[in-house]
Amino acid sequence: MKPVSYLRASSVEEAASAHGGRTEARYLGGGTNLVDLMKLGVERPEVLVDITRLPLDGVREQPDGSVRVGATVRNSDLAAHPLVRERYPVVSQAVLSGASGQLRNMATTGGNLLQRTRCAYFQDLAKACNKRVPGSGCAAVVGVNHDHAVLGHSPHCVATNPSDLCVALAAVDAVVELAGPGGGRTVPVTEFHRLPGDHPELDTVIRPGELITGVLLPPLPRGAVSHYRKVRERASYAFALASVAAVLQLEGGEIRHAAVAFGGLAHRPWRARRTETALLGTRPSQESVARAVEAELAEAVPLRDNAYKVSLARDLATQVLGSLSTTA
Amino acid sequence: MESNKGPHGGPGTTIRYAPWPRPADSPPGATGSPVTLRVNDAPVEAEVDHRTTLLDLLRERLALTGSKKGCDHGQCGACTVLVDGRRVNSCLVLAVALDGCDVVTVEGLARTEDADGDLHPLQRAFLERDAFQCGYCTPGQLCSAVGMLAEAQSGQPSVVTDPDLATDGPVPLTDDEIRERMSGNLCRCGAYPHILEAVQDVVS
Repeated sequence: MKPVSYLRASSVEEAASAHGGRTEARYLGGGTNLVDLMKLGVERPEVLVDITRLPLDGVREQPDGSVRVGATVRNSDLAAHPLVRERYPVVSQAVLSGASGQLRNMATTGGNLLQRTRCAYFQDLAKACNKRVPGSGCAAVVGVNHDHAVLGHSPHCVATNPSDLCVALAAVDAVVELAGPGGGRTVPVTEFHRLPGDHPELDTVIRPGELITGVLLPPLPRGAVSHYRKVRERASYAFALASVAAVLQLEGGEIRHAAVAFGGLAHRPWRARRTETALLGTRPSQESVARAVEAELAEAVPLRDNAYKVSLARDLATQVLGSLSTTA
Repeated sequence: MESNKGPHGGPGTTIRYAPWPRPADSPPGATGSPVTLRVNDAPVEAEVDHRTTLLDLLRERLALTGSKKGCDHGQCGACTVLVDGRRVNSCLVLAVALDGCDVVTVEGLARTEDADGDLHPLQRAFLERDAFQCGYCTPGQLCSAVGMLAEAQSGQPSVVTDPDLATDGPVPLTDDEIRERMSGNLCRCGAYPHILEAVQDVVS
């Protein structure tokens, strides 16, 4: 690790000014990913701006019925909050599906949105990785890519986004609040994470120096039900091989609202728009749900080691949607 | 009662460690800072390089070697301690960020409010149930279990908690709940069945 300066910010303005958009500066939240990457030498910041004491740690209902989650709300507090458990069970379940009790006590909401891929080649300085060193190549394309993407990847990067929370946030159409040198702005979570394309070094659309200040959860349609289900290689404390977050609302037996997002399949949480379109206005049956899911996964392009993800994701989404449609 | 014990369990006053060279008053660009915290009820003031993790501060500077360095990447849980009552992986926390915080390590568990001054009930249960073989993961298992019990008592759900459970009461700790909630602590000897029994003894 390189020697690093440290500033404990007491306001968003002070934090943004201390960061200044410099490439060698990083905001420090729970540190569960950043400190780990510093030890690995993947991250080499010279300036740390500690944002954990900023007044961004509340979960509050807004006048319009949405719920605002501050950026420094710890994962465990987010998952346990009554407003989140009662109105957005998919969000609570997704958070609790990830990491461990210790890590969830540390990790922040904003940090979760910015966590880096767990691609082993990204974390290994001896290997080629366009995300870590643009232009160096991608060892995963020809390497062990059991854990990698089947949707939206490019010849330059096949990494997946590791977050559980972000999959649920994509399914509830959450909105990211940002503060930056040019003022504040908001970005839908579904547009916050990028596909790798020619610039896999950019995980998100965040601009240099911008700070996530919170996440807005809009109200779900009345009577909507939601669920998150994740498959991993052990019963707990592992990243997703594949996961699905779904929100469903039925009226008179017909689907009026459907939001489906996959995790573990792509460089960003993957909204299954084709599935949603196919479901809307239908009376769900096992066959119609399976066809709707297939419409999305027909787009998948598996790598050498991960064709299993396509059938896994299909079965997972079919099961979750089938189960939700009987309770909605 | 105000405790006057030091982080090692003996009588103590404020412990000052200031060997780290730094420019006066940590001007912008300084790579070290003073930090003040409480460790096992004793005030600690130290100059830390900003890269110092809580785990390294405990082990290398305060000689509190109960907390173990297993993976040093937040994957094994051997370094688990309590910060302001919450369990965390001390290998991933930078000490400088903890200014003003209250830290309890395995060395301090026997003096927390549930303990009898000799052993914490969980420590006693681990002994009675033979909940370890090599013992390397045990300090982390103990601190994690203490934090976990408080989380369940305060109503924090886990992924195996019944979604229909009321959000304003404690979560009953079934075996499945304990397994899930303790999954951040690996035991490579495989003492899990006895760890589960020991934790369950304290629950019931």
